[in-house]
Amino acid sequence: MYWEKELETMNREQLATLQLERLQETTRRAVQSYYYGKAFTDAGLHPKDIRTLDDIRRIPFTTKDDLRENWPYGFLAVSKDELIRMHSSSGTTGRATVIFHTKKDVDAWTNLVARSMYMAGLRKSDVFQNMMTYGLFTGGLGFHYGAERVGALTIPAGAGNSKRQIQLMRDFDTTAIHIIPSYALHLYTVFEELGLKPQKDTKVRMAFIGAEPHSEKMRKRIEEFYGFRAFNSYGLSEMNGPGVAFECPEQNGMHIWEDNFIVEIIDPVTLQPVPDGREGELVMTTLLREGMPVLRYRTKDLTRILPGECPCGRTHRRIERITGRTDDMMILKGVNIFPIQIEKKLMEIPGVGRNFVILLEREGFNDLMHIKVEVEREFFNGELRHLEALRRRIVEELKSDILITPKVDLVEPDSLPKTEGKAVRVIDNREK
Amino acid sequence: MIAHQLSIFAENKPGKLAAVTSVLAKAKVSIRATTIATTDTFGVINLIVDDPTAAQAALTKAGMMVKLRPVLAILIDDKPGGLDRLTQLLFKEGVNVNNAYGFVLESREKAVFVVDVDQMEKAEKLVEKNGFRTLDTDALSTIEPFHYMKY
Repeated sequence: MYWEKELETMNREQLATLQLERLQETTRRAVQSYYYGKAFTDAGLHPKDIRTLDDIRRIPFTTKDDLRENWPYGFLAVSKDELIRMHSSSGTTGRATVIFHTKKDVDAWTNLVARSMYMAGLRKSDVFQNMMTYGLFTGGLGFHYGAERVGALTIPAGAGNSKRQIQLMRDFDTTAIHIIPSYALHLYTVFEELGLKPQKDTKVRMAFIGAEPHSEKMRKRIEEFYGFRAFNSYGLSEMNGPGVAFECPEQNGMHIWEDNFIVEIIDPVTLQPVPDGREGELVMTTLLREGMPVLRYRTKDLTRILPGECPCGRTHRRIERITGRTDDMMILKGVNIFPIQIEKKLMEIPGVGRNFVILLEREGFNDLMHIKVEVEREFFNGELRHLEALRRRIVEELKSDILITPKVDLVEPDSLPKTEGKAVRVIDNREK
Repeated sequence: MIAHQLSIFAENKPGKLAAVTSVLAKAKVSIRATTIATTDTFGVINLIVDDPTAAQAALTKAGMMVKLRPVLAILIDDKPGGLDRLTQLLFKEGVNVNNAYGFVLESREKAVFVVDVDQMEKAEKLVEKNGFRTLDTDALSTIEPFHYMKY
């Protein structure tokens, strides 16, 4: 029932001692990097000053902008020769956030994913079908390595191609899948089209869902449709990717692996810690990273620590599912998108007017981005095909930039609500 | 001669056409012909009116996106084969028609075929050389009531 019983059930005092040791080691390593070397000097701080866990608050926060500005190697604490893997966060434009791993980093990450999957119930005897995009996105390779570490037969199916997914599930008696929640709902409609019932025609007994925000209601619906249990997970590429926090069989909050990370929940305005149970921004520090330690990383994800012990016996605290973001990042089909990316791209296209609005909608079981764009008055020459060409160009340019194919409508100049001050350009109509 | 068509951008939703006609009614502009071209969510309303400049001014003032587009308004016979004679000519000379519509001037006698083509001047010369008459905006605006006119 435990992958690493001693670590997973370690009492809180021992865990704190382990965290402090690892934090001190991490800070010593981190200052080897250009970025933290400078950040510590600027703050008049020395790794020796970290004497207790509370001293972590003396270390300045790290943000996504810091990672971008010090791209690509500013955070490296080891020589480039030691690196064996890079990943990049999805959907970002221009300078993406890049994370590098040494052999030991990949090994520790893989172990965490294996621990998480084992906790949810994956075993050596399982057949695991990974329906995530492989590549720079951590969700594909992260789970792949984790499942292999558990010893399950792993099918690297990749994303999409629903009929082939179903064929694979049936041909090789898949028992566990990793899938994006909205895609799980879509795939069910394909089962129906084929006249198949997942409960009767497949052997799938569990699913790992994640990579996009979803509600408890949505999880319940997936579980009902398929007749299996779906486990929620949380991860971000800056903290490896998957395997950061995961649900246990209790399915009540996600255990965040505190032997590998220090977790803080802060008030995003005052930047002060909030007590367990109160919502705030999740801030994380890596404790085992060699290649690229990241200290006090502001995830911009809003959540809270669930107070109390979990009946499963694990002592690592649980976070609630992510309730929102402190910035305006949107997550669609597992891709992170900032409205500013869309704005930048739109403003480069001749014929686009001053204003636009992004609507996030759910059509059937698919998440859809719908963008209404004002046309520039001077652009209109009276021809429909001229407008249609503009519309197509917007779709194509955005598609290549944000990796999502939006639905684009052209509207009259000055017809969209004016935004004053901070532009509210995203309307999320997806069912929560 | 070159005539002018009003082209109005409109989202494809109820009330858009009514908004256009309401402005034109108030401006006392008379509509000769209309067509609407749409995609899924937006389209273009094309109008031939008696006073395009006044109509454009009124619609623009009402906040609409309006363009005056040069078109050829070609007089044809309102009888079997009347339009065919024109389209065969355009085809033979390789003139591509982007948009076209027609209206009857005098039943069973005369009709006007409005075409929007890429090479406006070339097409104009071509049809006139082949015995067709083209009407300009003034001619279009004076053709009322239709039955008084004998071309």
